[in-house]
Amino acid sequence: MSLDLGFWTLQALNALQLSMLLFLLSIGLTVIFGLMHFVNLAHGALYALGAYFAASAAAVGGYWAGFVLAPVAVAGVGVLLYSGLIQRMRKSGPMAQVLVTFGLIFALLDITRIVWGDLALGLEVPDLLAGRVALLGVEYPAYRLFIIALGLAIFGALAFALSRTQIGAMIRAGVDNDAMAACLGINVERLFFIVFCVGCALAGLAGAVAAPLLSVTPDMGLQILIPTLIVIVIGGLGSLKGAIAGSLIFGFVQTFGAVLAPQLASVLIYALLAAVLVIRPVGLFPAKG
Amino acid sequence: MKRALLAALGLATGFAMPAIAQDIKVGLLLPFSGVYAALGNDIEAGFTTALEQFGSETPATFEIVREDTEVKPPVALAKAKKLILQDKVDVISGIVSSGVLGAVRDMVHGAGVPLIVANAGNDEATGEACSPYITRMSFSNGQVNRPMGQWMYDQGIRKVYTLAPDYAAGRQMIDGFVQTFTAAGGEIVGQEFTPFQKTQDFGPYMAQAKSSGAEAVFVFYAGGEAISFVKQYDSFGLKAELPLYGSGFLTSSLYVNAEGPAAEGVITALHYVPTLDNPANAQFVEAFKAKTGRVPSEFAVHGYDAGRALIEAVKAGATDRESLANALRQVSFDGPRGALSIDPATNNIVQPIYVYETIAGTDGLTQKVLAQLPAEADPVNGCEMAAPVSN
Repeated sequence: MSLDLGFWTLQALNALQLSMLLFLLSIGLTVIFGLMHFVNLAHGALYALGAYFAASAAAVGGYWAGFVLAPVAVAGVGVLLYSGLIQRMRKSGPMAQVLVTFGLIFALLDITRIVWGDLALGLEVPDLLAGRVALLGVEYPAYRLFIIALGLAIFGALAFALSRTQIGAMIRAGVDNDAMAACLGINVERLFFIVFCVGCALAGLAGAVAAPLLSVTPDMGLQILIPTLIVIVIGGLGSLKGAIAGSLIFGFVQTFGAVLAPQLASVLIYALLAAVLVIRPVGLFPAKG
Repeated sequence: MKRALLAALGLATGFAMPAIAQDIKVGLLLPFSGVYAALGNDIEAGFTTALEQFGSETPATFEIVREDTEVKPPVALAKAKKLILQDKVDVISGIVSSGVLGAVRDMVHGAGVPLIVANAGNDEATGEACSPYITRMSFSNGQVNRPMGQWMYDQGIRKVYTLAPDYAAGRQMIDGFVQTFTAAGGEIVGQEFTPFQKTQDFGPYMAQAKSSGAEAVFVFYAGGEAISFVKQYDSFGLKAELPLYGSGFLTSSLYVNAEGPAAEGVITALHYVPTLDNPANAQFVEAFKAKTGRVPSEFAVHGYDAGRALIEAVKAGATDRESLANALRQVSFDGPRGALSIDPATNNIVQPIYVYETIAGTDGLTQKVLAQLPAEADPVNGCEMAAPVSN
């Protein structure tokens, strides 16, 4: 095997690409948890819905129609979920919340199956991003670079919004101490609602972005849920920094594990998870110190 | 008077019916939900197509009881028990997953109920765990891939890198190919088994295949993983420099359209493609299309031939569980896949294997058959059972 520099550049880009995909998914989940102390296990199902919405919209209006429509549609589903279920479950404790959202996974899975059928759907990469780009001495698919760029852009936008804007300050106040924030005149419930919708939209966006790379199947949400949970447990619940760090760790461990120790590829990340839970149970960058 | 007449009529038909035509009760044990639901639906549609098409060849009537395995072995075992003990079926057909087949094997074997396997391909089912009651009308993992080793060597390919998901079927498919390819004189320059249904990104493995010095890549993936793999392989531009070969499930007609142009030029081997040119297949494709509006997949043909085998067994005079099991082992006919027969030593099907290339057709992707490789019976693999009783 000739393992030159190009090989490692390629693998590093692969790792970065997987990290960014997971980041798009985990950031929504972790912020919802951090702010609302609400574990939304149905987040993966929303990602699958996003992929299906994107595939349907793309069949009519091309890829970019799906790319724009999927987050909006999934946010719409989020509004329904919030007003129908989650608002009522706010005070009922984590166990009941986990059970309800766990049930939602299977309900949404069967709904996608009834609506879109059992056959996997495909979604083509848009023409604009179809080719490959020469970068750092390797040829890399343009669409994968697009995912990396999109992940970084979303990270930048969220980091700016959380640290530099008024609504960001309100969200941070809500995460830190929601009762005190409410006393200061912040409408915490409305804030929760907005954050929940944004989280859902990001899940939908992740689904739309992942669809051309993977296949669109009813169980894709289940398959991505475990990696997403690992990311936020390693990174620390509720923080943006935790989500990006957890995603990068997962992406690099998974990719380089597959290259350097293929027999251990599927175990490595779980071993790391166990180590983090033993040494630093709150994760690397928890929202509250 | 009128009532008496009706009663007499009822009695007469009641007595007369069993004498005229026997009723065969068939239990269809398939996944109608879960990850393999699409396969279950295709197999059922194939099975009922066969009964509609050939049912008139025998005076017997067929009653179908369908049960959903949910692709869960414990659920499937409970459903098999229900079919055998409560519904008292004469024969069971179906089974998509090898795990499910392993779970129900002892039950059907112990109860002496004939089982026509319509998909599950694990080698042991017609090897060390074989049973005179279990007849396989689908394929075995090794069988589909073994002929490809010699064929690829004959095309001048000497160095191959293999990839497959890390579970029993993945390993058996690759082993079948590796055996014959190395026996022919080829070299396996690298081999990787990816975590089954946990791999979203195949990029790392593809980069390794590229740097391994191989002339071609041989893979087995199915369903969602196949779609992801073929699309990602194409996105890296590997198809041109490192041609992609594989087990035919990779570009199954069931989901090749979801793979899109990425699947063009991929060469694989399978026991059935819908474009096979023979009269039996033309008839099957037409009937299946009329029923479902889709082109039949290899899964549909499993169901179709399972139904056909049952009818052939009944035509040979089988009437109950024991005689059906015996007759099923001796079935042979020309189906859409060509000449089929059952190997009496293992109860596995003997069938030709087709090498095909996925190409762009007038409406969507289609399959161009490159070669027909001769039918070979599987090695016995530790199967020991008495030969069928010929009548």
